[in-house]
Amino acid sequence: MTLAIQLDDVTVGYDDKLIFSRLKLDIPAGRFAGIVGPTGSGKTTLLKTILGTQPCFAGRVSVFGHRHNKVPAGTIGYVPQLESVDWTFPVTVEQVILMGLYANSHIWPWPSRAERAAVEELAKRLGIHDCLHHHIINVSGGQRQRAFLARALISEPKLLILDEPTAGVDIKTQHDVLHLLGDLNADEGITILLTTHDLNAIASHLPWVVCFNNGLVAQGKPRDIFTSSILTRTFGGDIVIVEYEGHFLIANSTPLHIGEAGH
Amino acid sequence: MDAFFAPFEYEFFRHSLIAALLVGMLCGLIGVYIVLRGMSYIGHGLSHAAFGGAVVGFTMNLNYYVGAGAMGLLAALLINQVSKGGKIKSDAAIGIVTTAFFALGVAIISGVRKFTKSFDAALFGNILGVTTDDLWIIAGVTLITGLTIFFMYKPLLFSTFDAETANIFGIRTGRMQLVFSVILTLSIIASMNIVGVTMIAATLVIPAVTARMMTDSFSRMLIYSTAIGAVMGVGGMYASYLFNAASGATIVLFGAAIFCMVGAIYLLRKRRALHEHLHRHGELLHSHPHGHQHEHGHGHPDGAQQEPEQQNRA
Repeated sequence: MTLAIQLDDVTVGYDDKLIFSRLKLDIPAGRFAGIVGPTGSGKTTLLKTILGTQPCFAGRVSVFGHRHNKVPAGTIGYVPQLESVDWTFPVTVEQVILMGLYANSHIWPWPSRAERAAVEELAKRLGIHDCLHHHIINVSGGQRQRAFLARALISEPKLLILDEPTAGVDIKTQHDVLHLLGDLNADEGITILLTTHDLNAIASHLPWVVCFNNGLVAQGKPRDIFTSSILTRTFGGDIVIVEYEGHFLIANSTPLHIGEAGH
Repeated sequence: MDAFFAPFEYEFFRHSLIAALLVGMLCGLIGVYIVLRGMSYIGHGLSHAAFGGAVVGFTMNLNYYVGAGAMGLLAALLINQVSKGGKIKSDAAIGIVTTAFFALGVAIISGVRKFTKSFDAALFGNILGVTTDDLWIIAGVTLITGLTIFFMYKPLLFSTFDAETANIFGIRTGRMQLVFSVILTLSIIASMNIVGVTMIAATLVIPAVTARMMTDSFSRMLIYSTAIGAVMGVGGMYASYLFNAASGATIVLFGAAIFCMVGAIYLLRKRRALHEHLHRHGELLHSHPHGHQHEHGHGHPDGAQQEPEQQNRA
């Protein structure tokens, strides 16, 4: 079994604050996995560690057998949180997608014919062909998400990492994006790893879940992982899981009681 | 008409005009990156640090460019280093490093009583101060900066847009930052004698923000900003001769006038565009501000048809 990601006794922190220590985590090639955990549990730090932008205090990180920071350009595709994007920056959807090729592109400022053709083809596949020449602020949330996904996919990566792809988009867009990722995983065998706070979306769309809270709590199929005991260990508090026609609905067990004066 | 061309008979004016043209283009070009990186006051800070360096260099009998260049580069590298950890943001690092270097210059000027050199030109820009050597240096820096931006267009664009993600995608953002700091410092030092330390921030920022209002395309913004910088430099330098005023001030005022003019047209067009987007369905006046009505549909619960004007646009 080829491992896409291998973390071996990895310890990571900022200055004097430890985020996680001696973490062991293996993600096999071809897996479509979601990392869930409370805010501040180190999910983004874990992604940055895999991406090679967060130095480790100790341990070894490998991506497809390549050591931390020595992963060839184009092996990993990355989609940042949309909240971190400067939407006023003067770039079109096409220019955003082309950025995904810049590390291995020729020295001239313009794109080659092959690069343009690759962008057009991918844009058609992702359904954003019509807005290629629009400024990024002038397209919808779903189109923006697809534009940044296209930038990550244009170099044909073996591993795709997405930081909170379901944040800040409506439920329909969430559904579309996760479906699209599922298709990419199934059709092209791309290993996909994402973080999310949306347990319900992950429960109904992802085949593998990693529960993380400053360390690995559990990992497995949603059916095995979405139990009260594991989610309570991950998030704290009491969590209720309702199963309805094969779908999970996850909620906090303590509903908010509105007083008599509240209705 | 003869009166218009009269100043061109003087060699000093021709020199100044060529220098102002090149400096305007240079500042317009590099200003795009400064504005988009959200560090508009880097020019202000680095020019002050370079001024401190020029004074230190003068006391050591060094060439103006050597003192200013060494101190300016040192300041740029220190700013990068101080803000690298993330705890101190770059604006604070600019404030600390460059003011300290400027203070060093001021302390030397006020402390050394036998100081005879006037630094007015460096502070406010001087139409008379452009020598042939200055022209060659400005031309050289303009060429180096232009070529660097041309050949590093892609990595510079990506690292300006989102440095962290660019790094993940294999762009050497650390190297890009270093290269940018060097060409920025060189540009500021080459421009200082023309526009002056106190005016350089505006010379860097005005063309870029004006160009930003004119386009949503990065490459066009670079071209427009360079062109606006050139017009601003030449127009301002001519005004400097005409009104016998400090060239830095007239260049900035000329640029501010262009900014106001383009800004007014931009606002008018925006208002008109918004007005065109507003349309009426019975009593309901509404708009589609994001221009993607085809995606979310225009489903009115009563099944009302679109107004003819809207149908045409769709």
